[in-house]
Amino acid sequence: MKNEVIVCKDVSKRFETERGVVDVIDKVDLTVEENELVVLFGPGQCGKTTLINVMAGLETATGGEVTVSGKKVEKPGPDRGVVYQTTALFPWLTVMGNVEYGPKSRGISKKERRERAQYYIDLVGLQGFENSFPSKLSGGMKQRVGIARAYCNEPVVMFMDEPFGHLDAQTRYLMQEELMRIWEKEKRTIVFVTNNIEEALYLADRIVVMTNCPTTVKTEYKIDLPRPRDYVAPEFLHLREEISAVVDKTL
Amino acid sequence: MEIDEVNCMKKKNGGKYAAISVLSVALFIFVWWLVSSGLGLTTESTLPGPDVVLKTFIKKLSDPAPDGGTMFQHIGSSLRVAMSGYLMGVVIGTPLGILMAWYKKVDLFARPLFDLLRPVPGIAWIPLMIIMFGIGMTSKVVTVFLAAFVPCVLNSYTGIRQTKDVHLWVGQTFGASNWQMLTRIAVPTSLPLVMTGVRVALGASWTTIVAAELLASTKGLGFMIQQARGIYRPDVIIAGMIAIGAIGALLTWVLTIIEHKVVKGVKA
Repeated sequence: MKNEVIVCKDVSKRFETERGVVDVIDKVDLTVEENELVVLFGPGQCGKTTLINVMAGLETATGGEVTVSGKKVEKPGPDRGVVYQTTALFPWLTVMGNVEYGPKSRGISKKERRERAQYYIDLVGLQGFENSFPSKLSGGMKQRVGIARAYCNEPVVMFMDEPFGHLDAQTRYLMQEELMRIWEKEKRTIVFVTNNIEEALYLADRIVVMTNCPTTVKTEYKIDLPRPRDYVAPEFLHLREEISAVVDKTL
Repeated sequence: MEIDEVNCMKKKNGGKYAAISVLSVALFIFVWWLVSSGLGLTTESTLPGPDVVLKTFIKKLSDPAPDGGTMFQHIGSSLRVAMSGYLMGVVIGTPLGILMAWYKKVDLFARPLFDLLRPVPGIAWIPLMIIMFGIGMTSKVVTVFLAAFVPCVLNSYTGIRQTKDVHLWVGQTFGASNWQMLTRIAVPTSLPLVMTGVRVALGASWTTIVAAELLASTKGLGFMIQQARGIYRPDVIIAGMIAIGAIGALLTWVLTIIEHKVVKGVKA
Protein backbone atom coordinates (compact mmCIF):
# COMPACT_ATOMS: atom_id res chain seq x y z
CA MET A 1 0.00 0.00 0.00
CA LYS A 2 1.50 3.24 -1.15
CA ASN A 3 1.36 6.39 0.86
CA GLU A 4 -0.93 8.98 -0.71
CA VAL A 5 0.44 12.45 -0.04
CA ILE A 6 -1.82 14.69 -2.12
CA VAL A 7 -5.47 13.94 -2.62
CA CYS A 8 -7.63 16.26 -4.75
CA LYS A 9 -11.30 15.38 -4.59
CA ASP A 10 -13.73 17.01 -6.99
CA VAL A 11 -11.70 20.22 -7.03
CA SER A 12 -13.28 23.08 -8.95
CA LYS A 13 -12.31 26.70 -9.28
CA ARG A 14 -14.50 29.43 -10.65
CA PHE A 15 -13.46 33.05 -11.04
CA GLU A 16 -16.04 35.76 -11.00
CA THR A 17 -14.74 38.57 -13.13
CA GLU A 18 -16.28 41.76 -14.44
CA ARG A 19 -16.98 40.01 -17.71
CA GLY A 20 -18.80 37.12 -16.11
CA VAL A 21 -18.11 33.77 -14.53
CA VAL A 22 -15.12 31.74 -15.71
CA ASP A 23 -14.71 28.09 -14.81
CA VAL A 24 -11.02 27.33 -14.73
CA ILE A 25 -10.92 23.95 -13.00
CA ASP A 26 -13.72 21.47 -13.31
CA LYS A 27 -13.94 18.57 -10.86
CA VAL A 28 -10.38 17.39 -10.78
CA ASP A 29 -9.65 14.12 -8.98
CA LEU A 30 -5.99 13.49 -8.47
CA THR A 31 -3.85 11.56 -6.03
CA VAL A 32 -0.10 11.77 -5.78
CA GLU A 33 1.94 9.20 -3.91
CA GLU A 34 4.98 9.79 -1.78
CA ASN A 35 8.16 10.48 -3.76
CA GLU A 36 6.27 10.30 -6.99
CA LEU A 37 7.00 12.73 -9.79
CA VAL A 38 3.70 13.56 -11.43
CA VAL A 39 3.60 15.75 -14.50
CA LEU A 40 0.48 17.75 -15.25
CA PHE A 41 0.55 18.01 -19.00
CA GLY A 42 -1.80 20.10 -21.13
CA PRO A 43 -2.19 22.94 -23.57
CA GLY A 44 -1.05 26.45 -22.85
CA GLN A 45 -3.85 28.56 -21.47
CA CYS A 46 -5.67 26.12 -19.23
CA GLY A 47 -5.81 26.24 -15.46
CA LYS A 48 -2.74 24.22 -14.50
CA THR A 49 -1.17 27.11 -12.63
CA THR A 50 -4.46 27.70 -10.85
CA LEU A 51 -4.58 24.04 -9.84
CA ILE A 52 -1.06 24.36 -8.44
CA ASN A 53 -2.07 27.49 -6.56
CA VAL A 54 -5.09 25.72 -5.12
CA MET A 55 -2.97 22.78 -3.99
CA ALA A 56 -0.40 25.17 -2.54
CA GLY A 57 -3.18 27.02 -0.72
CA LEU A 58 -2.60 30.36 -2.42
CA GLU A 59 -6.10 30.21 -3.85
CA THR A 60 -9.13 28.49 -2.40
CA ALA A 61 -11.09 25.96 -4.38
CA THR A 62 -14.71 26.90 -5.03
CA GLY A 63 -15.67 23.23 -4.95
CA GLY A 64 -14.22 20.00 -3.58
CA GLU A 65 -11.16 19.79 -1.37
CA VAL A 66 -7.45 19.18 -1.34
CA THR A 67 -5.65 17.31 1.41
CA VAL A 68 -1.89 17.09 1.83
CA SER A 69 -0.65 14.42 4.27
CA GLY A 70 -4.24 14.00 5.42
CA LYS A 71 -4.67 17.68 6.32
CA LYS A 72 -7.12 19.87 4.44
CA VAL A 73 -5.39 22.66 2.53
CA GLU A 74 -6.76 26.03 3.54
CA LYS A 75 -3.80 28.33 3.33
CA PRO A 76 -0.17 28.19 2.20
CA GLY A 77 2.27 26.41 4.45
CA PRO A 78 5.90 25.38 4.63
CA ASP A 79 4.97 21.75 3.90
CA ARG A 80 4.31 22.79 0.31
CA GLY A 81 7.03 24.51 -1.70
CA VAL A 82 6.66 26.07 -5.12
CA VAL A 83 9.16 26.68 -7.93
CA TYR A 84 7.81 29.28 -10.31
CA GLN A 85 8.06 29.80 -14.02
CA THR A 86 9.60 33.21 -14.20
CA THR A 87 12.26 34.03 -11.73
CA ALA A 88 10.61 34.49 -8.40
CA LEU A 89 13.94 35.01 -6.65
CA PHE A 90 14.31 38.01 -4.39
CA PRO A 91 16.63 40.32 -6.33
CA TRP A 92 17.84 42.08 -3.17
CA LEU A 93 19.14 38.86 -1.62
CA THR A 94 22.18 36.83 -2.60
CA VAL A 95 21.94 33.18 -3.65
CA MET A 96 22.55 32.22 -0.01
CA GLY A 97 19.97 34.74 1.18
CA ASN A 98 17.38 33.35 -1.19
CA VAL A 99 18.03 29.70 -0.35
CA GLU A 100 18.00 30.23 3.41
CA TYR A 101 14.89 32.41 3.22
CA GLY A 102 12.43 29.66 4.15
CA PRO A 103 14.26 28.38 7.25
CA LYS A 104 14.95 31.99 8.25
CA SER A 105 11.23 32.84 8.11
CA ARG A 106 10.59 29.97 10.47
CA GLY A 107 13.22 31.18 12.91
CA ILE A 108 15.80 28.43 12.48
CA SER A 109 19.19 29.33 13.93
CA LYS A 110 21.74 30.89 11.64
CA LYS A 111 24.25 28.08 11.92
CA GLU A 112 21.74 25.38 11.15
CA ARG A 113 20.08 27.15 8.24
CA ARG A 114 23.42 28.11 6.72
CA GLU A 115 24.56 24.49 6.79
CA ARG A 116 21.34 23.32 5.25
CA ALA A 117 21.34 26.05 2.60
CA GLN A 118 24.94 25.23 1.73
CA TYR A 119 24.00 21.57 1.29
CA TYR A 120 21.30 22.39 -1.24
CA ILE A 121 23.39 25.01 -2.99
CA ASP A 122 26.02 22.32 -3.48
CA LEU A 123 23.34 19.87 -4.55
CA VAL A 124 22.12 22.12 -7.38
CA GLY A 125 25.72 22.81 -8.39
CA LEU A 126 26.00 26.45 -7.42
CA GLN A 127 28.94 26.30 -5.01
CA GLY A 128 31.01 29.44 -5.44
CA PHE A 129 27.97 31.58 -6.24
CA GLU A 130 26.66 31.89 -2.67
CA ASN A 131 27.27 35.62 -2.55
CA SER A 132 26.13 36.48 -6.07
CA PHE A 133 22.96 38.45 -6.62
CA PRO A 134 20.35 36.94 -8.97
CA SER A 135 20.86 39.72 -11.53
CA LYS A 136 24.33 38.29 -12.19
CA LEU A 137 23.08 34.75 -12.86
CA SER A 138 21.93 33.10 -16.08
CA GLY A 139 18.36 31.83 -16.48
CA GLY A 140 19.36 28.23 -15.76
CA MET A 141 21.29 29.22 -12.65
CA LYS A 142 18.35 31.26 -11.39
CA GLN A 143 16.10 28.24 -11.66
CA ARG A 144 18.70 26.17 -9.82
CA VAL A 145 18.48 28.71 -7.00
CA GLY A 146 14.68 28.42 -7.15
CA ILE A 147 14.92 24.65 -6.79
CA ALA A 148 17.43 24.88 -3.96
CA ARG A 149 15.22 27.42 -2.20
CA ALA A 150 12.20 25.14 -2.41
CA TYR A 151 14.25 22.12 -1.25
CA CYS A 152 15.86 24.03 1.62
CA ASN A 153 12.53 24.59 3.31
CA GLU A 154 12.21 20.78 3.35
CA PRO A 155 8.59 20.62 2.20
CA VAL A 156 6.56 17.42 1.96
CA VAL A 157 5.63 18.22 -1.62
CA MET A 158 7.05 20.53 -4.23
CA PHE A 159 5.09 22.12 -7.02
CA MET A 160 7.00 23.17 -10.11
CA ASP A 161 5.09 25.45 -12.42
CA GLU A 162 6.80 25.32 -15.82
CA PRO A 163 10.13 26.08 -14.18
CA PHE A 164 12.06 25.63 -17.42
CA GLY A 165 9.53 27.34 -19.68
CA HIS A 166 11.65 30.45 -20.20
CA LEU A 167 14.97 28.75 -20.81
CA ASP A 168 16.54 28.20 -24.20
CA ALA A 169 16.29 24.67 -25.59
CA GLN A 170 19.84 23.66 -24.73
CA THR A 171 19.66 24.87 -21.13
CA ARG A 172 16.27 23.29 -20.82
CA TYR A 173 17.62 19.81 -21.64
CA LEU A 174 20.45 20.35 -19.21
CA MET A 175 18.10 21.43 -16.45
CA GLN A 176 15.84 18.43 -17.01
CA GLU A 177 18.87 16.20 -16.61
CA GLU A 178 19.91 18.14 -13.51
CA LEU A 179 16.46 17.91 -11.96
CA MET A 180 16.57 14.14 -12.40
CA ARG A 181 20.00 13.98 -10.78
CA ILE A 182 18.84 16.13 -7.85
CA TRP A 183 15.61 14.20 -7.45
CA GLU A 184 17.34 10.78 -7.57
CA LYS A 185 19.61 12.01 -4.78
CA GLU A 186 16.93 13.74 -2.71
CA LYS A 187 13.61 12.07 -3.47
CA ARG A 188 10.60 14.26 -2.93
CA THR A 189 7.01 14.28 -4.02
CA ILE A 190 6.90 16.59 -7.02
CA VAL A 191 4.03 17.91 -9.10
CA PHE A 192 5.51 19.33 -12.26
CA VAL A 193 3.53 21.42 -14.75
CA THR A 194 4.57 21.61 -18.38
CA ASN A 195 3.16 21.92 -21.88
CA ASN A 196 6.22 20.30 -23.41
CA ILE A 197 5.66 16.59 -24.15
CA GLU A 198 9.37 15.77 -24.35
CA GLU A 199 9.96 17.29 -20.93
CA ALA A 200 6.94 15.46 -19.52
CA LEU A 201 8.15 12.11 -20.81
CA TYR A 202 11.71 12.66 -19.67
CA LEU A 203 10.76 13.47 -16.09
CA ALA A 204 7.51 11.77 -15.17
CA ASP A 205 6.62 8.67 -13.19
CA ARG A 206 3.14 9.45 -14.29
CA ILE A 207 1.74 11.92 -16.82
CA VAL A 208 -1.68 13.38 -16.14
CA VAL A 209 -3.12 14.83 -19.33
CA MET A 210 -5.31 17.85 -18.67
CA THR A 211 -7.96 19.29 -20.95
CA ASN A 212 -8.16 22.92 -21.93
CA CYS A 213 -10.26 25.49 -20.00
CA PRO A 214 -11.97 24.51 -17.83
CA THR A 215 -9.26 22.05 -17.00
CA THR A 216 -9.99 18.52 -15.89
CA VAL A 217 -8.17 15.20 -16.00
CA LYS A 218 -8.45 13.71 -19.45
CA THR A 219 -6.42 10.58 -19.00
CA GLU A 220 -3.16 9.48 -17.43
CA TYR A 221 -0.14 7.42 -18.36
CA LYS A 222 2.20 5.55 -16.09
CA ILE A 223 5.70 5.92 -17.50
CA ASP A 224 7.91 2.95 -16.72
CA LEU A 225 10.84 3.75 -18.99
CA PRO A 226 14.19 3.30 -17.24
CA ARG A 227 16.10 6.45 -16.23
CA PRO A 228 18.04 8.29 -17.49
CA ARG A 229 15.70 8.33 -20.42
CA ASP A 230 16.70 8.60 -24.05
CA TYR A 231 14.82 11.29 -25.97
CA VAL A 232 15.03 9.26 -29.19
CA ALA A 233 14.50 5.70 -27.91
CA PRO A 234 11.68 3.98 -29.85
CA GLU A 235 9.51 3.55 -26.73
CA PHE A 236 9.99 7.20 -25.88
CA LEU A 237 9.00 8.33 -29.34
CA HIS A 238 6.07 5.95 -29.42
CA LEU A 239 4.68 7.33 -26.15
CA ARG A 240 5.31 10.83 -27.35
CA GLU A 241 3.22 10.21 -30.43
CA GLU A 242 0.48 8.52 -28.48
CA ILE A 243 0.14 11.24 -25.85
CA SER A 244 0.45 14.08 -28.35
CA ALA A 245 -2.53 12.63 -30.20
CA VAL A 246 -4.73 12.79 -27.09
CA VAL A 247 -3.99 16.39 -26.16
CA ASP A 248 -6.47 19.11 -27.09
CA LYS A 249 -5.26 21.17 -29.95
CA THR A 250 -5.24 24.87 -29.24
CA LEU A 251 -3.94 27.87 -31.06
CA MET B 1 19.63 54.56 -17.55
CA GLU B 2 21.14 57.43 -19.49
CA ILE B 3 23.23 58.39 -16.52
CA ASP B 4 24.49 54.82 -16.34
CA GLU B 5 25.50 54.99 -19.99
CA VAL B 6 27.34 58.23 -19.41
CA ASN B 7 29.09 56.73 -16.39
CA CYS B 8 30.00 53.72 -18.45
CA MET B 9 31.45 55.93 -21.17
CA LYS B 10 33.47 57.78 -18.58
CA LYS B 11 34.99 54.57 -17.26
CA LYS B 12 35.90 53.24 -20.67
CA ASN B 13 37.34 56.37 -22.08
CA GLY B 14 38.32 58.19 -18.91
CA GLY B 15 40.28 61.32 -19.77
CA LYS B 16 38.62 62.12 -23.04
CA TYR B 17 35.08 62.17 -21.67
CA ALA B 18 36.06 63.95 -18.46
CA ALA B 19 37.40 66.72 -20.69
CA ILE B 20 34.03 67.03 -22.47
CA SER B 21 32.28 67.34 -19.12
CA VAL B 22 34.66 70.03 -17.89
CA LEU B 23 34.34 71.90 -21.17
CA SER B 24 30.74 73.05 -20.58
CA VAL B 25 31.59 74.63 -17.25
CA ALA B 26 34.78 76.19 -18.62
CA LEU B 27 32.95 77.60 -21.63
CA PHE B 28 30.24 79.08 -19.43
CA ILE B 29 32.76 80.80 -17.20
CA PHE B 30 34.69 82.06 -20.22
CA VAL B 31 31.59 83.65 -21.82
CA TRP B 32 30.70 85.16 -18.47
CA TRP B 33 34.19 86.61 -18.13
CA LEU B 34 34.11 87.89 -21.70
CA VAL B 35 30.94 89.95 -21.36
CA SER B 36 31.90 91.32 -17.94
CA SER B 37 35.56 91.80 -17.06
CA GLY B 38 36.85 90.87 -20.52
CA LEU B 39 35.03 93.27 -22.83
CA GLY B 40 33.55 95.47 -20.12
CA LEU B 41 29.96 95.17 -21.46
CA THR B 42 28.63 95.15 -17.92
CA THR B 43 29.61 97.09 -14.86
CA GLU B 44 30.51 95.66 -11.48
CA SER B 45 27.20 96.81 -10.05
CA THR B 46 25.17 94.92 -12.67
CA LEU B 47 27.11 91.78 -13.58
CA PRO B 48 30.59 91.42 -12.05
CA GLY B 49 33.04 89.06 -13.73
CA PRO B 50 33.96 85.63 -12.42
CA ASP B 51 37.28 86.94 -11.11
CA VAL B 52 35.50 89.56 -8.99
CA VAL B 53 32.98 87.03 -7.70
CA LEU B 54 35.74 84.59 -6.79
CA LYS B 55 37.51 87.31 -4.81
CA THR B 56 34.28 88.20 -3.01
CA PHE B 57 33.59 84.52 -2.34
CA ILE B 58 36.97 83.97 -0.70
CA LYS B 59 36.71 87.19 1.26
CA LYS B 60 33.16 86.33 2.35
CA LEU B 61 34.35 83.07 3.91
CA SER B 62 35.74 85.03 6.83
CA ASP B 63 34.23 88.51 6.46
CA PRO B 64 30.77 89.20 7.94
CA ALA B 65 30.33 92.44 5.91
CA PRO B 66 28.02 93.58 4.35
CA ASP B 67 25.20 91.44 5.76
CA GLY B 68 26.41 90.54 9.22
CA GLY B 69 27.50 86.94 8.77
CA THR B 70 30.35 85.02 7.17
CA MET B 71 29.65 82.59 4.36
CA PHE B 72 30.18 79.66 6.76
CA GLN B 73 27.69 81.07 9.26
CA HIS B 74 25.06 81.44 6.54
CA ILE B 75 25.71 77.98 5.12
CA GLY B 76 25.59 76.51 8.60
CA SER B 77 22.31 78.21 9.36
CA SER B 78 20.67 77.17 6.08
CA LEU B 79 21.92 73.60 6.40
CA ARG B 80 20.75 73.26 9.98
CA VAL B 81 17.20 74.39 9.17
CA ALA B 82 17.03 72.43 5.91
CA MET B 83 18.34 69.23 7.49
CA SER B 84 15.98 69.44 10.49
CA GLY B 85 12.93 69.74 8.27
CA TYR B 86 14.27 67.24 5.79
CA LEU B 87 14.98 64.53 8.35
CA MET B 88 11.52 64.99 9.85
CA GLY B 89 10.02 64.67 6.39
CA VAL B 90 11.91 61.46 5.67
CA VAL B 91 11.31 59.90 9.07
CA ILE B 92 7.58 60.61 9.02
CA GLY B 93 6.87 60.52 5.27
CA THR B 94 8.55 57.25 4.32
CA PRO B 95 6.85 55.03 6.92
CA LEU B 96 3.52 56.71 6.21
CA GLY B 97 3.84 55.94 2.49
CA ILE B 98 4.75 52.34 3.30
CA LEU B 99 1.80 51.88 5.66
CA MET B 100 -0.59 53.55 3.22
CA ALA B 101 0.46 51.16 0.48
CA TRP B 102 0.30 48.05 2.69
CA TYR B 103 -2.76 48.63 4.86
CA LYS B 104 -5.97 49.46 3.03
CA LYS B 105 -7.45 51.24 6.04
CA VAL B 106 -4.49 53.56 6.48
CA ASP B 107 -4.76 54.32 2.78
CA LEU B 108 -8.47 55.12 3.02
CA PHE B 109 -7.85 57.32 6.04
CA ALA B 110 -4.77 59.25 4.93
CA ARG B 111 -5.21 59.36 1.16
CA PRO B 112 -7.81 62.16 0.78
CA LEU B 113 -5.92 64.50 3.06
CA PHE B 114 -2.66 63.70 1.36
CA ASP B 115 -4.13 64.22 -2.12
CA LEU B 116 -5.31 67.67 -1.07
CA LEU B 117 -1.97 68.70 0.44
CA ARG B 118 0.17 67.22 -2.33
CA PRO B 119 -0.35 69.83 -5.08
CA VAL B 120 0.55 72.73 -2.76
CA PRO B 121 4.22 73.52 -3.37
CA GLY B 122 6.45 73.80 -0.32
CA ILE B 123 7.07 77.52 -0.70
CA ALA B 124 3.35 78.26 -0.86
CA TRP B 125 3.26 77.40 2.84
CA ILE B 126 5.73 80.14 3.74
CA PRO B 127 3.29 83.08 4.16
CA LEU B 128 1.04 81.06 6.44
CA MET B 129 3.99 79.70 8.40
CA ILE B 130 5.40 83.19 8.93
CA ILE B 131 2.08 84.37 10.32
CA MET B 132 1.82 81.33 12.56
CA PHE B 133 5.43 80.96 13.72
CA GLY B 134 7.19 84.22 12.86
CA ILE B 135 10.33 84.47 10.74
CA GLY B 136 12.48 82.31 13.03
CA MET B 137 13.58 78.73 12.66
CA THR B 138 10.22 77.05 13.32
CA SER B 139 8.36 78.42 10.31
CA LYS B 140 11.15 77.33 7.97
CA VAL B 141 11.59 73.88 9.48
CA VAL B 142 7.88 73.22 9.04
CA THR B 143 7.94 74.50 5.46
CA VAL B 144 10.93 72.34 4.57
CA PHE B 145 9.29 69.41 6.32
CA LEU B 146 6.21 69.71 4.11
CA ALA B 147 8.36 69.99 0.98
CA ALA B 148 10.35 66.85 1.89
CA PHE B 149 7.38 64.91 3.22
CA VAL B 150 5.42 64.74 -0.06
CA PRO B 151 8.03 63.03 -2.28
CA CYS B 152 8.89 60.60 0.55
CA VAL B 153 5.27 59.49 0.90
CA LEU B 154 4.72 59.26 -2.85
CA ASN B 155 7.81 57.23 -3.62
CA SER B 156 7.57 54.78 -0.76
CA TYR B 157 3.89 54.28 -1.59
CA THR B 158 4.65 53.53 -5.23
CA GLY B 159 7.63 51.39 -4.22
CA ILE B 160 5.58 49.11 -1.98
CA ARG B 161 2.92 48.82 -4.67
CA GLN B 162 5.53 47.36 -7.01
CA THR B 163 5.86 44.22 -4.92
CA LYS B 164 5.36 41.23 -7.18
CA ASP B 165 2.58 38.78 -6.40
CA VAL B 166 4.90 35.86 -7.02
CA HIS B 167 7.27 37.15 -4.32
CA LEU B 168 4.38 37.34 -1.88
CA TRP B 169 3.38 33.80 -2.86
CA VAL B 170 6.86 32.59 -2.11
CA GLY B 171 6.66 34.31 1.26
CA GLN B 172 3.29 32.74 1.96
CA THR B 173 4.40 29.23 1.04
CA PHE B 174 7.34 29.73 3.37
CA GLY B 175 4.94 30.57 6.15
CA ALA B 176 5.84 34.26 6.50
CA SER B 177 3.46 36.40 8.55
CA ASN B 178 1.89 39.55 7.14
CA TRP B 179 4.43 41.64 9.04
CA GLN B 180 7.32 39.54 7.72
CA MET B 181 5.97 39.89 4.19
CA LEU B 182 5.94 43.66 4.64
CA THR B 183 9.38 43.98 6.18
CA ARG B 184 11.21 41.24 4.29
CA ILE B 185 9.56 41.35 0.86
CA ALA B 186 7.64 44.57 0.24
CA VAL B 187 10.09 46.96 1.91
CA PRO B 188 13.17 45.55 0.12
CA THR B 189 11.23 45.74 -3.16
CA SER B 190 10.44 49.38 -2.50
CA LEU B 191 13.96 50.42 -1.47
CA PRO B 192 15.16 51.74 -4.85
CA LEU B 193 12.11 53.99 -5.12
CA VAL B 194 12.26 54.95 -1.44
CA MET B 195 15.82 56.09 -1.99
CA THR B 196 14.75 58.08 -5.05
CA GLY B 197 12.14 59.77 -2.88
CA VAL B 198 14.71 60.52 -0.22
CA ARG B 199 16.93 62.09 -2.86
CA VAL B 200 14.17 64.12 -4.49
CA ALA B 201 13.14 65.31 -1.03
CA LEU B 202 16.67 66.52 -0.35
CA GLY B 203 16.64 68.67 -3.47
CA ALA B 204 13.20 70.01 -2.56
CA SER B 205 14.36 70.81 0.98
CA TRP B 206 17.36 72.74 -0.20
CA THR B 207 15.47 74.85 -2.77
CA THR B 208 12.66 75.46 -0.29
CA ILE B 209 14.92 76.69 2.49
CA VAL B 210 16.65 79.17 0.20
CA ALA B 211 13.26 80.39 -1.07
CA ALA B 212 11.99 80.74 2.48
CA GLU B 213 15.06 82.72 3.49
CA LEU B 214 14.64 85.04 0.52
CA LEU B 215 11.15 85.87 1.70
CA ALA B 216 11.77 86.32 5.38
CA SER B 217 14.65 85.50 7.65
CA THR B 218 17.48 86.86 9.73
CA LYS B 219 20.25 84.57 8.53
CA GLY B 220 21.10 81.94 5.96
CA LEU B 221 22.21 81.99 2.34
CA GLY B 222 18.85 83.27 1.10
CA PHE B 223 19.02 86.09 3.64
CA MET B 224 22.55 86.98 2.52
CA ILE B 225 21.43 87.18 -1.11
CA GLN B 226 18.42 89.28 -0.23
CA GLN B 227 20.55 91.71 1.80
CA ALA B 228 23.09 91.99 -1.04
CA ARG B 229 20.30 92.82 -3.49
CA GLY B 230 19.22 95.71 -1.28
CA ILE B 231 22.69 97.29 -1.41
CA TYR B 232 23.50 96.49 -5.05
CA ARG B 233 26.16 93.86 -4.46
CA PRO B 234 25.64 91.37 -7.32
CA ASP B 235 29.03 89.83 -6.55
CA VAL B 236 27.74 88.69 -3.14
CA ILE B 237 24.50 87.48 -4.74
CA ILE B 238 26.41 85.35 -7.25
CA ALA B 239 28.79 84.08 -4.56
CA GLY B 240 25.71 82.98 -2.61
CA MET B 241 24.23 81.30 -5.67
CA ILE B 242 27.45 79.40 -6.23
CA ALA B 243 27.41 78.20 -2.63
CA ILE B 244 23.77 77.08 -3.03
CA GLY B 245 24.56 75.18 -6.23
CA ALA B 246 27.71 73.56 -4.86
CA ILE B 247 26.09 72.44 -1.61
CA GLY B 248 23.02 71.10 -3.42
CA ALA B 249 25.24 69.07 -5.73
CA LEU B 250 27.36 67.87 -2.82
CA LEU B 251 24.33 66.69 -0.82
CA THR B 252 22.95 64.80 -3.82
CA TRP B 253 26.32 63.19 -4.38
CA VAL B 254 26.51 62.00 -0.76
CA LEU B 255 23.02 60.52 -1.02
CA THR B 256 23.87 58.74 -4.27
CA ILE B 257 26.74 57.03 -2.49
CA ILE B 258 24.47 55.99 0.37
CA GLU B 259 21.93 54.76 -2.17
CA HIS B 260 24.48 52.48 -3.80
CA LYS B 261 25.35 51.03 -0.41
CA VAL B 262 21.73 50.44 0.60
CA VAL B 263 20.17 49.21 -2.63
CA LYS B 264 21.55 45.78 -3.44
CA GLY B 265 21.09 43.31 -6.22
CA VAL B 266 19.66 45.77 -8.72
CA LYS B 267 21.70 45.92 -11.90
CA ALA B 268 24.61 48.15 -11.08
